[in-house]
Amino acid sequence: MSKTKDISLTVNGEVLTANVPVRMNLVDFLRHEAGLTGSHVGCEHGVCGACTIEVNSDTVRGCLMLAVQADGATVTTIEGLADSGRSAALIAAFTRRNALQCGFCTPGMLASAIAYVEGGGIADKQAIRDHISGNYCRCTGYQSVVDAIHDVVTEGASA
Amino acid sequence: MTGPATIFDKPNTYIGQPTPRADAARLLQGRGRFVDDLQLPRMVHAAFFRSPHAHARILSIDTTAARAAPGVVAVYTGAELAEHVTPYVGVLTHLAGLRSAPQHPIAIDVARWQGEPLVMVIAQTRAQAEDACELIEADLEELPPAVDAETALTADAPVIHADFGSNLAWERKVDVGHIDNAFAAPDVTIVEREFRFGRHTGVTLESRGTVCDFDPSEQTLTMHYSGQAPHMMQVILSRHIGVAEENVRVISNDVGGSFGIKIHTYGDEIAAAAAAKLLKRPVKFIADRMESFMTDIHARDHVVKARMGISAEGSIVGIDFHDLTGVGPYSMYPRTSAIECNQVLNLTGAPYALENYRAHGQVVFQNKNMMCQYRAVGHPIAMAVADGLLEDAARAIGKDPVEVRRRNLMRDDSYPRASASGMKLDDLSHQKALEKLVEIMDYDALRADQIKMREKGIYRGIGFVSMVEVTNPSPMFYGVGGAHIASMDGATVRLDAAGALHVSSSITEQGQGTNAILGQIAAGVFGVPIERVKVTTGDTATVPYGGGTWASRGAGIGGEAMLQAAHALKTQVLDVAGVMLQSPVAALDIRNGAVVDAETGAERITLDALARTVYYRGNELPSDLKPELIATRHYRVTDFPFVFTNGAMAAHVEVDTETGFVKVLHFWAVEDCGRVINPMLVDEQVRGGVVQGIGGALYEECLYSPEGQLLNTTMADYIVPMASEMPEITVAHIETPTKTSVLGAKGAGEAGTGGAPAALLNAVNDALSPMDTSIWQMPMTPERILKALGKV
Ligand code: FES
Ligand code: FES
Repeated sequence: MSKTKDISLTVNGEVLTANVPVRMNLVDFLRHEAGLTGSHVGCEHGVCGACTIEVNSDTVRGCLMLAVQADGATVTTIEGLADSGRSAALIAAFTRRNALQCGFCTPGMLASAIAYVEGGGIADKQAIRDHISGNYCRCTGYQSVVDAIHDVVTEGASA
Repeated sequence: MTGPATIFDKPNTYIGQPTPRADAARLLQGRGRFVDDLQLPRMVHAAFFRSPHAHARILSIDTTAARAAPGVVAVYTGAELAEHVTPYVGVLTHLAGLRSAPQHPIAIDVARWQGEPLVMVIAQTRAQAEDACELIEADLEELPPAVDAETALTADAPVIHADFGSNLAWERKVDVGHIDNAFAAPDVTIVEREFRFGRHTGVTLESRGTVCDFDPSEQTLTMHYSGQAPHMMQVILSRHIGVAEENVRVISNDVGGSFGIKIHTYGDEIAAAAAAKLLKRPVKFIADRMESFMTDIHARDHVVKARMGISAEGSIVGIDFHDLTGVGPYSMYPRTSAIECNQVLNLTGAPYALENYRAHGQVVFQNKNMMCQYRAVGHPIAMAVADGLLEDAARAIGKDPVEVRRRNLMRDDSYPRASASGMKLDDLSHQKALEKLVEIMDYDALRADQIKMREKGIYRGIGFVSMVEVTNPSPMFYGVGGAHIASMDGATVRLDAAGALHVSSSITEQGQGTNAILGQIAAGVFGVPIERVKVTTGDTATVPYGGGTWASRGAGIGGEAMLQAAHALKTQVLDVAGVMLQSPVAALDIRNGAVVDAETGAERITLDALARTVYYRGNELPSDLKPELIATRHYRVTDFPFVFTNGAMAAHVEVDTETGFVKVLHFWAVEDCGRVINPMLVDEQVRGGVVQGIGGALYEECLYSPEGQLLNTTMADYIVPMASEMPEITVAHIETPTKTSVLGAKGAGEAGTGGAPAALLNAVNDALSPMDTSIWQMPMTPERILKALGKV
């Protein structure tokens, strides 16, 4: 149980090297080893979406990937999205719409939303609902989240 | 209550504005501060070996191998921990007759539900602590469990606490009027149904957890707490772990959802706090999702046999029911597990003018996880029973459900008055709310559509609920029964030397926007731009004493305290300004960060200039002027046990009669929560609440095997609402401010959860009515609907 492995990965533009237990999942590594606590853990079995992050331009569940599998990968978390400005429009829209209450689902919600917006998602509320259906939110009832993403898609189209 | 008129009609008020929450920025940039984010020096981690059985005698527990496992720091059995923690009993004197047995954080002799902690392991990492749990050898003798609440009172049911002689925890009867006579009258139609409400739970996306630390040099215990009532927790830790109350500090930063789940006393959290004291170092315990399902309090679990009598013209002559609810093996400490049943007895039919009312509630012990207060305590049951029967009765006599409500709702001009169960009611607007609802949903058009669709074999239904909600509780809720739970809240407002306001309050933030509305009230009432208000909540070391945010009390009680404190500080500052400016105080006002001429709005002195003079150059002020740039006020509700709100809601659904699936097409909610402080935040509270209500009505259920094994302990197996299947929710308001405060705000956070299930039930039964069948069990799963249709 104590087997470890050396890994090196780029997280939010910074190269990190670490010796990690092989059984440690990626989101635990990010949170507890790299100190990036913006990503959250809601279920640890791939259902709730709170741990959603970007790995090599793919949207992945940080709890379903081991840290050792991220060796050599490029990872972007909510902190990185904010620092680079990539999530600025979504942040503004989520704020305006109050598309978060406790904020625990928010990192995963933003990761899914950015994939939708940058992936050319259309301004269709049911399509947005379908897209974020892998992200559970227990507080908002989703409507404000859908409206916020819809706003950003609409603004993008008119910009 | 009336207050200075200037409070609400000032040019710079924020009250009533949809101001965005300042907290959003932090949470959207990944800079939240949740309990599991904490990493303290020398911190160790707790994991629990839990009972695999619903009921078992603990013959022996061998922890030798666990103690020797890598990274293990300490191991505690129930008996070992009991030397350091006193047991607790979840009873309150105002719930006369309620009984429960002393409960230990970790079971000692007998395990009474699957998931009850049996051993705590503390190790360097959570993974190591879990590894060591696997090495524990427990010799457990399975005992026959009392699982099913409906048989828990039968003569041959195993008695969970032998001394009690039965599994009855509490019962109460209400009998008003002459129900039997009323039902026997000619031309009265009786409808009778058996309602079943499954167990469900809160599923906060952030699971329960705590980080506790103990400093032996000062004998201080600090708990980082994901919860709603820091001062309540301070008392509990002090009393049961043996640390002076003033030496216990409870800090609640960001809380990832709570909904009532995280307000109770959980053995694993208490054990972690005790371990921190014993080990003199920080201990972290974070429940994993399986532990959450097995040990976060469950809610509902009621079987209600109910009858309603209605006259041929549609007047309700009375309601008669029996409520049976199973609460697990103990009454939860300190709020008890009898409150939900008590609420059902208090609230059923409360929107209607009823003369005859008979109710019998029974709360029973069983070998399942404990049941306690979750969002909208008792309301979903009370509203579904009364309004379910009402629509059933309307169908029976061939009347429209809106017409029947119009005939029976308490008149808006009839307050103050009491409900049949004796609840004091005032400032309600059932009639206005219903009329507004019918208008915004375009009721007539929906009925026309329903008929058209039926011809095509598409079954749509429209269902309503008229509801009350208990908010702003007075000391009569808990304190009167001996609970160490404050019903009063405090607010402090301080002007700093730069002219900014620092405010603190004893209410707490779990995402509702508590901090935002406190800022709005302070900024508006005192007169500074909202950006210049810094809000502190959730730390017993720095905020005034008070209850916290639960029972929809934050805005109404904490908000009023903030209003009073901000107004007091304003008066104090104007007194200073009057002297400095040689002006009558009445001629001055504070607006937008400056003392101004009240008449013209012309600036006289900025707040920072005033504050700097006071703080730095007091020599310029007359010596007999004693400036106070800080004010504190407290507020509690008097004259009423609760401040009731009301609402009217409607659901539009489509039932697929082939698959049994229910699609919610749209939902409408008209809510009267008195003065609305922030319409955006209130609307989102209502929407989130409605969706939790939809979850309970259609999807969510904690399923147990006959042996008492919880069968669905993952998020894949326990279904919560997802975005794709949720409807758009239209929210509208009636504003009838409560006269119990100047602010006039009542609660809004639980209405959706309390009302939506009844509206859904009615809508589904309306859709099923052409098939001459109905369903009275929640969640209304496809299988149950197909059963009702006779298809499976
Ligand atoms: S924590 Fe990864 S999906 Fe829930
Ligand atoms: S905001 Fe709380 S879970 Fe989404």
